[in-house]
Amino acid sequence: MNRTKHKQAELILAGGLIIDPASKLNKIGDIYIGEGKILKIETKKLIPKHKIKFSHEILNLYGKIITPGLIDMHTHLREPGREDEETIYTGSISAVTGGFTNICCMPNTQPPIDNQESVKFIYEKAKTARCKIYSIAAATKGLKGEELTEIADIVKAGAVAISDDGRPIYNSAIMRYALEYSKMYDIPVISHCEDLSLSADGVMNEGYISTLLGLRGIPGVAEEVMVAREIRLAEFTGARIHIAHVSTEGSVNLIREAKRKKLKITCETTPHHFSLTDEALKTFDTNAKVNPPLRTKRDVEALKKGLKDGTIDCIATDHAPHSIEEKDVEFDAAPFGLVGLETALGLVITELIEKNILPWTEAVAKLTVNPSRILKLNAGEIKIDMPADLTVIDPDIMWTVDPEEFKSKSKNSPFGGEKLKGKAYLTIVEGKIMHQL
Amino acid sequence: MKLKSKHLLGLEGLSKDEIEMILDTAESFKEILERPIKKVPTLRAVTVVNLFYEPSTRTRISFELAEKRLSADLVNFSTSTSSVKKGETLKDTVKNIEAMKIDMVIIRHQSAGTPQFLTRCLSSSIINAGDGAHEHPTQGLLDIFTLRRKYRKLEGLRVIIVGDIKHSRVARSNIWGLKSMGASVAVCGPNTLMPCEIEKMGVDVYSNLDNALEGADVVNVLRIQLERQKGGLLPSLREYSIEYGINVERLKRLNPNFTIMHPGPINRGIEITAEVADGPYSVILDQVTNGVAIRMAVLYLLSGGEGKVE
Repeated sequence: MNRTKHKQAELILAGGLIIDPASKLNKIGDIYIGEGKILKIETKKLIPKHKIKFSHEILNLYGKIITPGLIDMHTHLREPGREDEETIYTGSISAVTGGFTNICCMPNTQPPIDNQESVKFIYEKAKTARCKIYSIAAATKGLKGEELTEIADIVKAGAVAISDDGRPIYNSAIMRYALEYSKMYDIPVISHCEDLSLSADGVMNEGYISTLLGLRGIPGVAEEVMVAREIRLAEFTGARIHIAHVSTEGSVNLIREAKRKKLKITCETTPHHFSLTDEALKTFDTNAKVNPPLRTKRDVEALKKGLKDGTIDCIATDHAPHSIEEKDVEFDAAPFGLVGLETALGLVITELIEKNILPWTEAVAKLTVNPSRILKLNAGEIKIDMPADLTVIDPDIMWTVDPEEFKSKSKNSPFGGEKLKGKAYLTIVEGKIMHQL
Repeated sequence: MKLKSKHLLGLEGLSKDEIEMILDTAESFKEILERPIKKVPTLRAVTVVNLFYEPSTRTRISFELAEKRLSADLVNFSTSTSSVKKGETLKDTVKNIEAMKIDMVIIRHQSAGTPQFLTRCLSSSIINAGDGAHEHPTQGLLDIFTLRRKYRKLEGLRVIIVGDIKHSRVARSNIWGLKSMGASVAVCGPNTLMPCEIEKMGVDVYSNLDNALEGADVVNVLRIQLERQKGGLLPSLREYSIEYGINVERLKRLNPNFTIMHPGPINRGIEITAEVADGPYSVILDQVTNGVAIRMAVLYLLSGGEGKVE
């Protein structure tokens, strides 16, 4: 504490409402930043307002909300392989525009991130990124679900979790070994839960809307049987498992039950899964084609309930860029996925906070300290000596989503034209302003 | 009076008035088709492209004849391989075709929603000739037309659609159209071939055929795709035939003056016995004949024609 006093503040965020779920701070205050770190959090002796106006290094943030830098634990950055759709660099610009300071990129690139060298490649590329990038590496070689990757090596290179995301690890024995092995390094296995025989070649949620549209359905149970398996394997191995993009009521109920039994299960859902239903597909909009698919109103309600009661720990974007050529095709031929980094915060505020599903502190926790604790990142809290990764939110601004304005290389969003409340006003990564509205 | 849309993508959302306008127009064309000279100059200078991405005999020939009898210029493009596999997107293919100055596109495609997709790519009128398991509106219209010719009105008529409802675009178009016309509709088939929550479309759902047939006026028998057995949806075609095949014995449950329909092609001996398919109550060939008149009416109305033709 004494040490920090000698450091000179290079940037002072003055007068914002500081919401830090970890320390339960929810108060107007000044944050002093220097050498990329948080030097001081002052909530008593605030800088007088008249002094703020005449200083470059002091920013007047009255009316704004300051949170720990947002963390997206589920992003697809397409590099290497599909740099036409996104790169680590462009993805990081999209991230900071959306208020994210720390993002974790999934390994299903071409080739996949499934060895130490490829993890190193990610961190090499991350050096020029606008935000912090973490690698989530493949659990099995080539994402084939057959042989484990060299997990020890991968962890040494800095991977924060393993996952075959995009695909389930179909062979239950391999999943068991992945869990047992990852337990030695205390990293979670992130599971994309999908029984491929049940989802068959489905392209949307199986329900009344798929019946109307004549599109092949993916039943909710395709996700739930795998969630049930993962829960049993987590209990059996004692390892940490994180369920990605939970989309159904049945999954939420299974996970709630597992948490009651104190199993090491965590999970996330996405802004699109709690904001949209399969009705969004009625025009055959391929931008609303995602996997897991958009579900029903009943599932959306269950997700909101799960967010509220803590069953769902995190909100992650599953940002999945696709080129216009790939999406502007017949519905069956289009790939799954939507870009989410630049709409996530607005959707959380509009759909969860404004509608009284979550208070600010809870919503922020699911975007900061919760993912940080799952992945053991040095992030997600506003604390002295922590890296000054901070997001300043304008909670009142009304804006209309225009995918053409996205900083992401890809524009595949079903939220075009949607009116949202709240947006990232400033995104600060290690004390540097990387985005300003 | 004109149709509201310049496209015919499905019978969902088409009003009773619009359906009746199409049927009335088809009556006029049917009369023309009975004449020795079956050709009229109505669509002279209109260019129609028949884009068939899925094998089709009946529907393709029916559209082609309808176009010829209206004196339209027509181009056929049939392929069973999707353009994606050939390295050119569907959008590029159709934009190239449209660049050669055309007015209407008839599209048959294995992927549901492709006609909707084309309306976003092109400025031509789009007619759906069957898209995946979504809709087959001209089939629905010709079925309704055939029934209206026999019963004069559809209100109160009980229609049973039997078979693979899940994968059937014919079933969906029939349900929308028949419901709009005031008929009562039921669907019947094994649970594995019944789509999720179909009762919300306002139909009764049966898995027992004999119960479904009780007191019905019309049975529309769907083709059972031979590959369903391989997909695990049916134990065997033999069992399907026993449980869901329409035979003479089962006809006793129907109301007098009943009608048997089938959109074709028929698997004789599987979903319907030869005896029933060829019986006096069968309108299967009338459906085919009426298909040309219905398609002439649709082409005429979508190219800007109004109400009845003389």
